[in-house]
Amino acid sequence: MTTASRLLAALAATTVAFLLQVTVAPHVAWDGVVPGLVLLVVVGAALATDARFATLLGFGAGLLLDVAPPADHAAGRWALALLVVGYVVGRLGHDHQPMPAGPWDVEQVRRLRRPPLHVVLAAALGGSFLGTSVFALTGLPLGETAGIGTMLDVVGRGMMVDGVAGLVVVPVTVWAMTRTRGSQRAPSRDPWRPSGRAVVS
Amino acid sequence: MSLDTMPPRRPAATEDERARRTGVTDRTEARRLRLPSRSLVVALVLACVTLMVVDHERGPDSPVEPVRSVAGEVVGPAEAFVSAGLRPVLDLPDQLRSNQQLRSDVAALESENDTLEGALRATGYDAQRVAALEDLRAVAGDLGYALLPARVIAIGPAQSFGRTVTIDAGRDAGLGPDMTVVNGDGLVGRVTAATAQTATVRLAVDTGFTVGGRVGENMELGFVRGNGGLGGDGHLDLELVDETVVPREGQTVVTWGSEGGAPFVSGVPIGEVTKVYESLRETSYRAELRPYVDYSSLDLVGVVVPSGTDSARPVIEADRSVRMP
Repeated sequence: MTTASRLLAALAATTVAFLLQVTVAPHVAWDGVVPGLVLLVVVGAALATDARFATLLGFGAGLLLDVAPPADHAAGRWALALLVVGYVVGRLGHDHQPMPAGPWDVEQVRRLRRPPLHVVLAAALGGSFLGTSVFALTGLPLGETAGIGTMLDVVGRGMMVDGVAGLVVVPVTVWAMTRTRGSQRAPSRDPWRPSGRAVVS
Repeated sequence: MSLDTMPPRRPAATEDERARRTGVTDRTEARRLRLPSRSLVVALVLACVTLMVVDHERGPDSPVEPVRSVAGEVVGPAEAFVSAGLRPVLDLPDQLRSNQQLRSDVAALESENDTLEGALRATGYDAQRVAALEDLRAVAGDLGYALLPARVIAIGPAQSFGRTVTIDAGRDAGLGPDMTVVNGDGLVGRVTAATAQTATVRLAVDTGFTVGGRVGENMELGFVRGNGGLGGDGHLDLELVDETVVPREGQTVVTWGSEGGAPFVSGVPIGEVTKVYESLRETSYRAELRPYVDYSSLDLVGVVVPSGTDSARPVIEADRSVRMP
């Protein structure tokens, strides 16, 4: 997958996620707490690509959340929160993968197989906790936030909702980001396996 | 022997120095992991912080506003489109209702109707007084206002800790910032920003929301503030100006209006008092209100516009006639 098509896939996923988050998600909201689809797209992109791309994507997606209606808070807050999510998930997600010797090439990114379910769940929960908390904390010096009780309540519920939604949204995003046109070559080894032994597929 | 005037070359950065710079001990590791460079991360974080501070400090005339309005012009129609496409799907549960359910609905409505009729018979005297007041109001030439119906097309997430919605009417329909938004139950909020097709409404339960309230029975003035609570338990706080007056449970609170009808017109019901707290230190009373409007299920709302507004949409005038564009 080339850099340009990867960027296109990321932009499309972010836009669709944003529209669904403000129009459809409120109908399945739990007291106003909706699945953070944009956040989960950033998490998925962080697992499917690298920390640098995920950081930049988080920054851009956050800016969209900050300026598009019905946003009414100081711009830059979601940008910072999702930037942190992209960076941390991007780093931790690939921490225990045996890396190929030499710089990564496009081929390597393409060969990433689907991350296993426990990695997806952990990334969704961690990303949700991190993103919502950073957003809430940036509101404190600006005087733009509810009480601490509400804050913890929302962060907790957000984690539960995002954990469930993440099981669907993150794999879909990973698929969209690693989709290849043409022949699908079998990966030579499973990058998600610490031992890095060959996988027969 | 020649004199070498060249400055000594700096030795290449050592392993330790590089490790310190990138935070990764192995030199090739950082390249393989494709980490963003430290300078990029710092630049992005600073950009976010700068944006936050500038946008927060400059308020309504911040440099972000043009960007917001452009985003609204682009994203607003998309939101309206998705919302319209989903409406039939979301209305499905309403279509699938059994005879049993309909019967129980009818029974409930009948009993409610009986109660209301009973109350109505007892309020003849009140109705007389209200009619007299209405006449008086017409004579006083009070600000007549019209309602512009609009639908909620997008709802901000609770994770943003603000309670805002987008409605599908904007500047083309004659809307602008600081207009009151109501629905059949009472006060919904006020318009904070409008684009050509959409407008953003800050709900009354939002933390930063303050509106002047008047206890309906004794005309005492106070301030009603949202507390940012979530859907189910969102309530409002009332602080009375006169510290000696004790609010009572069940009293109705209405808006007392701003000068010229913006941002708030007067007499819109806000909620009723459910709990009263005595603050010994400040020797005053704080009351909790249960809002009449259910903020978690908003759909059709009305925006209060000056009578005779030039609008691209139908407007319900003050005398209940509908004026077509």
